[in-house]
Amino acid sequence: MFPPREDVLRLLPEIILTLSGILLMVIEPFLNRARRKILVSLAAIGTGLALASTVYPALHPGTAFSGVLRIDGFSVFVQVIVQAVALLVVIGSADYLDRERIQHGEYYALILFATVGMGVMASAAELMTAFVGLETSSISTYVLASYRRDVPRSNESAMKYFLLGSFATAFFLYGIALTYGATGTTQLALMKFPTASGAEHLLDLGLALMLVGLGFKIAAAPFQLWTPDVYEGAPAPVTALMASGPKAAAFALLLRILATVAAAGTFWFWALWISAVLTMFVGNFAALAQSNVKRMLAYSSISHAGYILVALTAAAASDQVALGVAAVLYYLAVYALMKLGAFIFVSQLGGESERHMEIDDFRGLAMRQPVAAACFALFLLSLLGLPITAGFLGKFYIFTAALASRLIWLAILLAINSVIAAFYYLRVIVVMYMCEPNQSWPPVPMPWAVTLVLTIAAAGTFYLGLFPGRVMALAMQAALSLPGR
Amino acid sequence: MGGALMHSPYFLTILTFLPLAGTLALLLLPSNDHMWIRRVALVVSLLEFALSLLLLRGFALDSAAYQFVEFRNWIPTPPIHYHLGVDGISLFLVLLTTFLTPISILASWKSINQHVRGFFISLLVLETGVIGVFVSLDLFLFFLFWEAMLIPMYFLIGIWGHERRIYAAVKFIIYTMLGSILMLVAMIWLYQVTGSFDLQQIQTMLVTGQVTLSLRTEILLFAAFLLAFAIKVPIFPLHTWLPDAHTEAPTAGSVMLAGVLLKMGTYGILRFCVPLFPEAAHRAAPYVAVLAIIGIIYGALVAMVQPDLKRLVAYSSVSHLGFVVLGLFAFDPTAVQGALYQMLNHGVSTGALFVLVGMLYDRRHTHLIPEYGGLATPMPVFAAFFLFVSLSSAGLPMLNGFIGEFLILNGTFLHHMGWAFAGAVGVILSAVYLLWAYQRVFYGPVTKDENRTIPDADHRERLILAVMAALILWMGIGSVSFTRRTEASARNVFMLMQRPQAYNARVASVPSHTPFSGAARSGGVR
Repeated sequence: MFPPREDVLRLLPEIILTLSGILLMVIEPFLNRARRKILVSLAAIGTGLALASTVYPALHPGTAFSGVLRIDGFSVFVQVIVQAVALLVVIGSADYLDRERIQHGEYYALILFATVGMGVMASAAELMTAFVGLETSSISTYVLASYRRDVPRSNESAMKYFLLGSFATAFFLYGIALTYGATGTTQLALMKFPTASGAEHLLDLGLALMLVGLGFKIAAAPFQLWTPDVYEGAPAPVTALMASGPKAAAFALLLRILATVAAAGTFWFWALWISAVLTMFVGNFAALAQSNVKRMLAYSSISHAGYILVALTAAAASDQVALGVAAVLYYLAVYALMKLGAFIFVSQLGGESERHMEIDDFRGLAMRQPVAAACFALFLLSLLGLPITAGFLGKFYIFTAALASRLIWLAILLAINSVIAAFYYLRVIVVMYMCEPNQSWPPVPMPWAVTLVLTIAAAGTFYLGLFPGRVMALAMQAALSLPGR
Repeated sequence: MGGALMHSPYFLTILTFLPLAGTLALLLLPSNDHMWIRRVALVVSLLEFALSLLLLRGFALDSAAYQFVEFRNWIPTPPIHYHLGVDGISLFLVLLTTFLTPISILASWKSINQHVRGFFISLLVLETGVIGVFVSLDLFLFFLFWEAMLIPMYFLIGIWGHERRIYAAVKFIIYTMLGSILMLVAMIWLYQVTGSFDLQQIQTMLVTGQVTLSLRTEILLFAAFLLAFAIKVPIFPLHTWLPDAHTEAPTAGSVMLAGVLLKMGTYGILRFCVPLFPEAAHRAAPYVAVLAIIGIIYGALVAMVQPDLKRLVAYSSVSHLGFVVLGLFAFDPTAVQGALYQMLNHGVSTGALFVLVGMLYDRRHTHLIPEYGGLATPMPVFAAFFLFVSLSSAGLPMLNGFIGEFLILNGTFLHHMGWAFAGAVGVILSAVYLLWAYQRVFYGPVTKDENRTIPDADHRERLILAVMAALILWMGIGSVSFTRRTEASARNVFMLMQRPQAYNARVASVPSHTPFSGAARSGGVR
């Protein structure tokens, strides 16, 4: 009855994460308040081990557990992204939690469980499994969003996220049901054609509902409304996680469905096209009007979802699925790094109970804390997509994919949006570099853990911006490892 | 030592990145040691200038080929190479950059007292970016430098500029980005058609007919490239960012902006727009020429009525660059030579004018012409230099401006008599606004009491001005030493415009090259 050894080993990263999470919860009562810091190390070691153990699935791809999981280059690529994100968030959270006096083991455990869910989403070859992964990651993040229990905004954030997220998963589930009705299977690979005649529409409807459900998760317009409130209210390190990890996992699931189910490509194409355009414009125009950094970054992540949707549309449009998929994957890696860096920076600079979150609070930061300001400026320029930063190459690959699929208008709209985005990213840089310093609060010290996270994110932003060759080759391999329509 | 460097396979890399390496030296200095920061920055920029002079020594005269070429693999998919090279078109633009950087550093010696280290770092990073633009032979690499160089300029204007600096800085960067992002789309499109980002490879494919662009594609690509360059030049009516950026920038920023950054636009037209898309260029030429002529006359007229001396010089740039564009779109080897020469002239003369205006500003903290008057009495040396530079900018024979304008008008006249006539009006107008401004600032009685005791140029300022004046004179009488180096490349542009078959005979074909093809796909498990 016990599953074969390879199957277990292929799931090794998720198993390690789960065990570490349980260990964290069990061990916490035995630690007094002063020694709680050990929890961070444990969580970091657990995530690090999981990250290291992705070597096994990377070298031994295949299906696992009677075909409900498909471990291939694609799933490993996404898993490495989400686990690296989790690792950096864990390290970057420690000082924040101390400051807010919410240093608990369950916080880290929830991050780890959420990561398990994301890993399952990335490797699910079967829709029910995907649903379980989605729920695991979602429920963990609902709790995390409300982690500043006594702050009303945090509770509001979690409540909104929970209600709207539940709707979204319900849509997704109903989509699965209809798809099953049409094709008689929940296995993606077997879902080529409807079984019963006249079931085409049922399949289309199922696919549409699934797109709605996942659209919520990636904050694609018109399902993006929850994003700014939730991102603003949640603790900043959790926002860093939400903005990069679950989004990557949801995109992975979308991609896998798109690449496997032939009907999805044709049926989703225009929906994706319209959604991409809407998402870019809504995100960018709303971000223009923000005075709160966290909210601005929230809207900016909506617009970035739009950019990724452009690549996704490119994957849906042509026979060159791999090119679009690789562009999405590369952008997900790039995006996770820069967004995570920006949010972790904000979480530290915000100070106690996130007091300094207005753009105006950052006035003259470059004079007071030049290195920190330079780091934040780098993330902003990368989000803006200026060359020698990762953001530029990410966008470059999206452009390449879009033009290869002859989506010239979409490429031009993306170009226009990049310029609109320049206004609000540059405004923060203007405030930091060109205004008189704001002396109303003392410079915030940068603890070594946060410094480490920011250094890794900054180094990664440069690396992916200057030497994309290796990672792009991996993304390409990952894209080609998908089963194909 | 020089020879060894010159023959090194990394010569252009060293030349490009030396200023960037110099910023590391600046970072090691304590941030409040202003004197040493200035000295080190100056030494780095002088070293860079000396290094760039080696280009002249090693440059083969009669060759239109790229020299000092470096070619290395960089990004495997899509194939992007680290490809550098210099030809007659870029040679003197590189030298202009390395010449103007130490001038800018010297000119800001005393006027920059805040965040001194950041200022000189920005200036040196800017130098690397601009040289990179001029030596890149890969479209992707070119774009990388083209955009990356925006950031130091943005900071130069935004941090060390005058009152409305933030507005000017943001306007500058947004305008440029708007054009360049569409150019990026066009570059990728070109790559989809040709399968290469390498300028030389693409050029060869187009000339030999291995790849043909449909006319519609060619026109669209040309338009996207031209838009980016036209904003940079700037061609009327896309010039509105320029007066703000120039006026608000610190002296060094204005010198670099007028001296070299604008040339990136005309360089781009000559390097990419015209040789890659000749048919579209020919069709667009009448329209562009009209815009250029409007720019020449409009710029001159607006300059005439400016009460602000720096704005006057800024608008004179619009007018002068109009000449360059006119020369480029006359499709005549002489005019192209003239355009190239005029780019250098404008860099030196307008650079010098901005330096002079900056020196006045250092003394009186205003750019307004009515604030001055009769300055020739208290500052005779300064007045003499100002007159000399104004005359060069107005195109007095024996000085540099004349040669460029003459060559452009001469070449243009052969093909389009009307354009030449209209352009010649600009020559007259430029004498009007420059000499009139000169008269109001320097002649007559001293009207303001503050101006009676205004100090004349000191040693540092005399050094800067003497060097620039000497160059202006040399470029006026020794122009052959420049033109014989640019001639082969200027002619070569017309070789590159050749296409094997006539356009009307061509089917609207879009070659179906697909990127990432071959190895990547066949290796998969699909």
